[in-house]
Amino acid sequence: MSVHATKELQAYWKENLVIIIVHLAIWFFVSFFCGIMIVDQLDAAFMLGGFPLGFWFANQGSMVIFVILIWTYVYMMNNLDKKYDVHEG
Amino acid sequence: MSILTWTWILTGLSFALYIYIAYATRAKSTGDFYAAEQSVPAYMNGMATGADWMSAASFISMAGLISFMGRDGSFYLMGWTGGYVLLAMLFGPYLRKYGKFTIPQFMADRYYSQSIRLVSLLCAIFVSFTYVAGQMRGVGVVFSRFMGVSINVGVIIGMALVFFYATLGGMKGITYTQVAQYCVLICAYLVPAIFISLQLTGNPIPQLGFGSKITAAGATMLQDPATQGKYLLDVLNGIQKDIGFGAYTAGARPRIDVWFITMSLMIGTAGLPHILIRFFTVPKMRDARSSAGYALICIALLYTTAPAIAVFARTNFIKSINNVRYDAAPSWFKNWEKTGLVKFVDKDGDGVMKIAKGKWDDPKSANEVKIDQDIMVLANPEIAKLPNWVVGLIGAGGLAAALSTAAGLLLVISAAVSHDLMKGMLKPDMGEKEELIWARGGAAVAVCIAGLFGIYPPGFVAQVVAFAFGLAAASFFPCILMGIFNKKANKEGAISGMVVGIVFVAAYISYFKFVNPAFNNKDHWWFGISPEGIGTVGACLNFATMWIVGKFTPEPPQEIQDLVGSLRYPGKLVVPPSAH
Repeated sequence: MSVHATKELQAYWKENLVIIIVHLAIWFFVSFFCGIMIVDQLDAAFMLGGFPLGFWFANQGSMVIFVILIWTYVYMMNNLDKKYDVHEG
Repeated sequence: MSILTWTWILTGLSFALYIYIAYATRAKSTGDFYAAEQSVPAYMNGMATGADWMSAASFISMAGLISFMGRDGSFYLMGWTGGYVLLAMLFGPYLRKYGKFTIPQFMADRYYSQSIRLVSLLCAIFVSFTYVAGQMRGVGVVFSRFMGVSINVGVIIGMALVFFYATLGGMKGITYTQVAQYCVLICAYLVPAIFISLQLTGNPIPQLGFGSKITAAGATMLQDPATQGKYLLDVLNGIQKDIGFGAYTAGARPRIDVWFITMSLMIGTAGLPHILIRFFTVPKMRDARSSAGYALICIALLYTTAPAIAVFARTNFIKSINNVRYDAAPSWFKNWEKTGLVKFVDKDGDGVMKIAKGKWDDPKSANEVKIDQDIMVLANPEIAKLPNWVVGLIGAGGLAAALSTAAGLLLVISAAVSHDLMKGMLKPDMGEKEELIWARGGAAVAVCIAGLFGIYPPGFVAQVVAFAFGLAAASFFPCILMGIFNKKANKEGAISGMVVGIVFVAAYISYFKFVNPAFNNKDHWWFGISPEGIGTVGACLNFATMWIVGKFTPEPPQEIQDLVGSLRYPGKLVVPPSAH
């Protein structure tokens, strides 16, 4: 592979950045937005079993979604590595 | 068998296991010592990262802390897990691609500057010592509570063990020991939680259990038949209101403060050297990504259980203590009274225990019961009437949590001394053998200093934990991020950004914690942001300074820009000649 990134590799990096931005937008949404900023409104609006929804996001949901986010990122990046033929062994 | 016997047996077995692993995986080269020869499988690195991350405080204190704070405690939960999303996407794979052993070295090479190496290594040492002080104390405290030895003896036993495997095994020994420690600590944490969840709600998954309805057996356990069939959280909210607290599921802290603390903890997590260096130990970039995923699964297992334990324990505790005659107090209360974690002072002389707002030792408050936050985890198995071996397991788990974190931190300190200070700055021509001696010596000295902190805890340890996160957030996070994502980020910008970030955070925290503690409340904080959350502002200042200074100073040399470019793709690394 060339030192000065080829067009191919630049495209790889751009796709990577888009994937990161989408994932971080969700990361921000579930924790800072749902878990903190509109938590009281969510609490009042909806119950998830015994959990007020905002409380659930703050205490459980955001963490569960964090785990899912990392794994979708891993999955998408592994595919991207294959698409651009830069996957390691 | 008694609790004490079980604790000794389980702790002894776990210690023997750690020693065996450390001996079997002892380090032979500096590559072994700093980065386990980059041969750790991703899932093992994930478990080791989990053990590295979850400290004595996470294990023993966090659930109790949350049980007092209600929803406000969620900034610990989100803050201490959300950072791994950042690590997986922004740092881990690229640091692995770089593949060198320490964060100060990465900073020095990326910003082609020895001054930034010095600032980084001092920062890394400061952050790690702040953190490790609490761990050694934690080891002593667990020993004294569960095994009846004094705190100091406990600290010395812990020191000897860490000394053995950290100096012998380096990163390699530590990593595989941490894998074992993770298994011990997570079992110790989950087993009581699962049993209590079953007893109260009939649901074996605590994460779901605390949002479920109380069963008939649960109502018997709470000694209140009226609670049967009601949602546990509703019952707890009701109890809280009855004794004059706010609803458990509602927050009391200003939201802006919760927001900034959460952000500060997240980016602080992503900037902590002992976590960052874990990504150097895996074979490939893709392993770095997935090991962050494994790490977060391991961590989230404990962190999603903690709020459930908090709810179970708080409901249980208030129900079985409040308005109960002291002579009819449950046996676990009497047992733990000996440790001073719980206490009853009969203020009105009627022999009935009352829980209310305020401090137990404040004569003006109606509260008659002292509840230490640690009791919520430590006494849990006894409250749930679990067999003695489960109680013993908690001791072994607490020790595993404290020891694993301490070892990871000590390695950062030792590598900062041997690799960055000695090899990188003072004695660049030193051979590998000599560097390994310095590394082992550095680890040995660091263990001793950490032990001294454990025996003579400086009063300010609790105060400066905010420092560790604030500093990591305001110094390392912005510089590493820009170092990877912006080719044009230059040394002048990075140095001034770091200095501005560190000075600002240090000044803000010192002012409210040491200079003028009386002002440490939301009326005096800037925009209502507490010292715990100020790292977020420090990081923003760092970013801004880096950007502005970068505009007016020369671009980094082409070779550095090529290096940054090559960090972004799997494959061969382009190392500039100056980095050798």
